[in-house]
Amino acid sequence: MGLFVMPSLGADMEEGTLVEWLVSLGDTVARGDVVAVVETQKGAIEIEVFEAGEVTALEARPGQTLPVGAPLARIGVAEEGDPPPPDPAQPAAPQESPSPTPPEIPPDSPVETPSVPAPEIPVAPPVEAPDAPPPEMPPDAAAPPASPAARVRADKAGLSLASVLGSGPDGAILLADVDRHLEVMAEKPTQPRIDMGEMRKAISAAMVRSKREIPHYYLAHSIDLQPATDWLAETNANRPPDSRLLMGALFLQATVRALAKTPELNGVFTQNRFVPSTAVHAGLVVALRGGGLIAPAIRDAETLRLDALMIAMRDIVARARIGRLRNSELTTGTVTVSSMGETGAGELYGIIYPPQVALVGFGAPRRRPWVMDDAVVPRNAVTVTLAADHRVSDGRRGARLLTEIEHLLMEPATL
Amino acid sequence: MTDDDIRRAFLEDLVSVAPDIDPATVQDSDHLQDDLEIDSMDFLSLIAALHTRFGLPIPEADYSRLATPGAAVTYIAAQLR
Repeated sequence: MGLFVMPSLGADMEEGTLVEWLVSLGDTVARGDVVAVVETQKGAIEIEVFEAGEVTALEARPGQTLPVGAPLARIGVAEEGDPPPPDPAQPAAPQESPSPTPPEIPPDSPVETPSVPAPEIPVAPPVEAPDAPPPEMPPDAAAPPASPAARVRADKAGLSLASVLGSGPDGAILLADVDRHLEVMAEKPTQPRIDMGEMRKAISAAMVRSKREIPHYYLAHSIDLQPATDWLAETNANRPPDSRLLMGALFLQATVRALAKTPELNGVFTQNRFVPSTAVHAGLVVALRGGGLIAPAIRDAETLRLDALMIAMRDIVARARIGRLRNSELTTGTVTVSSMGETGAGELYGIIYPPQVALVGFGAPRRRPWVMDDAVVPRNAVTVTLAADHRVSDGRRGARLLTEIEHLLMEPATL
Repeated sequence: MTDDDIRRAFLEDLVSVAPDIDPATVQDSDHLQDDLEIDSMDFLSLIAALHTRFGLPIPEADYSRLATPGAAVTYIAAQLR
């Protein structure tokens, strides 16, 4: 029996509000399935389950605000001989055994979990022990007990009672439960649900922690961007808008490739040691209108060619805007890339997003005087910066990353 | 198709890529990047949506002619003619 709990989506998160169940009692779920939507400081987040099995109890009701670690549902482990199907999103994960700790952490990039002491951050209320007698519904609760009025109301609304949590005796579904469920369904986010005040708090907590704990060092390097600019214009000229590329995709791809040569810059620093990651889960800083930002990770970015990376970027930016990111995208980044975009400041010095150890920043490209073959010529150029954790790497390694990014951007066709 | 139709369609596509913008508050002279904070990714999605709706190629070289809603309506109307 697995316990599906309110996940921690960052050291600053204390609680979340269950918005909606996307599964019903009795449903079979596979590792990586999105099973619920939880409202957090970072908007509504789709929560994936990291265990395969059958949903045997829904412990939380939509609308409930619960501390990190609180049980949300129980998942019966899949039967022998019925192994969970391989998850394409998790190709590098060798562990399939159920884990008592919150299992949404891939083995290659442990992140801070509620079990890690973080004294300066308000600690969530004690978590109910998984062994405590569960207020569980009968295992055969596919057809849960319900009052006649509740049944009629649910029938009329075309609602399956299996998705409703009962508050009556023995978990019986009452009319009020159905009404509440329908209310929440009607409120499904058509508008972004991000609370800017809460988001500011989340950014503040992460950045204060970073500046307090991480000894940053900074490097900057100017790169001739004319070859990439010309290649991009030529490539896009033959493409419909849907498949055009952005310079930001070239920046991200060059960074991901370059990280292969500087493993000290890709991973997480946790429990006083650096854990490198072979996979590059590239956090992409998305600035939100009206202030605030969020840095969801494109997982396994090193496996994506340029066009696929561009598609992944479009997808993740679009979902960041409407508040539909997944918990794994918020908790498993191994590096962050921040781009100013086409206009704005020429240099960007970031603050590392803990527990990561590096942030690569791209300023807005500009035409600048550039020395080529003893002549000064106008070229499009960009300044790339690195903020890195001095506990893990030194300036020489950091410089290696930036010069490698330069080499890659000088030969854009190879990206 | 009148300019008003094009404007309505443009705003519809704008809100589809930037759902947090209230179309009622958008002025014809608003700069998409500076005033409405449309970034390059949003802008590309907007161009893609307009391309699908109007069947226009909208090459990158023309992007500067869609810098504001007013300019974009003028551009689209001219291209459709």
